[in-house]
Amino acid sequence: MGTETTAPASLLDLVGSTPLVELPRLSPRPSVRLYAKLEGQNPSGSVKDRVAKAMLDAAEASGELEPGRRLLEPTSGNTGIALALAARLRGYPLTCVVPANVTSERRRLLSLYGAEIVESPGEEGSNGAVRLAIELAEEDPSLFMPFQYANEANPRAHYEGTGAEIVAALDRVDVLVAGLGTGGTLMGAGERIRESFPDVIVAAAEPLPGEEVMGLRSLDDGYVPPILDVSKLDRKLLVTNAEAVGGLRLLLEREGVLGGVSSGAVIHAALRLADELEEGVVVCVLADGGWKYLSADFWDAADPESTMERSVWW
Amino acid sequence: MAAVRIPPTLRAEVGGQRELEAHGSTVAEVIDDLVERFPPLRSQLLEDGELAPFVNVYVGGEDVRTRDGLQTPVADGDQLILLPAMAGGN
Repeated sequence: MGTETTAPASLLDLVGSTPLVELPRLSPRPSVRLYAKLEGQNPSGSVKDRVAKAMLDAAEASGELEPGRRLLEPTSGNTGIALALAARLRGYPLTCVVPANVTSERRRLLSLYGAEIVESPGEEGSNGAVRLAIELAEEDPSLFMPFQYANEANPRAHYEGTGAEIVAALDRVDVLVAGLGTGGTLMGAGERIRESFPDVIVAAAEPLPGEEVMGLRSLDDGYVPPILDVSKLDRKLLVTNAEAVGGLRLLLEREGVLGGVSSGAVIHAALRLADELEEGVVVCVLADGGWKYLSADFWDAADPESTMERSVWW
Repeated sequence: MAAVRIPPTLRAEVGGQRELEAHGSTVAEVIDDLVERFPPLRSQLLEDGELAPFVNVYVGGEDVRTRDGLQTPVADGDQLILLPAMAGGN
């Protein structure tokens, strides 16, 4: 046919270059400009498409990941969904270790994208999934675990992608706010933005988990992701589930953005930090949209906390 | 006097209590007051005189590691939250 086209040949070519939109109706005063990076617009619906693609690229380039080798990853949802999409397009089978209490949409999405699911105990939260995945990988060396918590390709994807895109779009950044999970967004995008705007405040919004998902046997079961260097964070704010839902509702009512739970937490933290500024630019990285949470009861609950304490939300 | 929220993981060390009152004008002083009354807490919270790596302490909802660490000031009526370090990240 010989038709010239600019259409990419793979959905993976559409990862990144997400929209940045101003949120003027949420800003506390006109001299403080609030922006949101809409990571939910990535192909599988979250920021994790960047990480999944980068981890596979790196493992293929190093020769560690031979064609057809099975992947294994602990994930409460988005990384698994992103890896499942990337793995399917590149021909790898995938097993995800998922806490038993994630939302049904996440489980269904993982299955639809072709992942096999192994459940870890819900009350152990994400730590339990990490623990079980490490055990399984040790038992079966044929498995390849990208392991987002310790994989340098994770922050690098945010250095080269998320952070570089924000720097290219704005002539000033005073505060960067992102959710804290693996630390990939905060470390990578934070480093890239700091290179261009050395005084930027890199701020983490961190979930206060419900009591029932904090059931670690001892503090020794705690886990700090190897890629996370807390000394590179300028602020680290704890956000309750109820505060995150408050942020979600504001974001939807004022700006029409349907965010996921961590996005609500990021908005809550960003508004707290924006309130401390006379003027400046605050950038929020919104990791996913609200679609994967529609089955949850918190959207119109009078007491959102009570509907959320048994699950891991981000 | 500060209110200190105890995570489920540490409740056995404090007789099952969910929240305790403690004295001190810095995080270090509040922790000293706690470990004096509940000695088994010491090895859980401190390591070589610093906060143990798998415990996070928050004053006013902010991690003291991004403030002044153990020297972070605590005002009368502040809430301290102790949490185990947990993996997040979807």
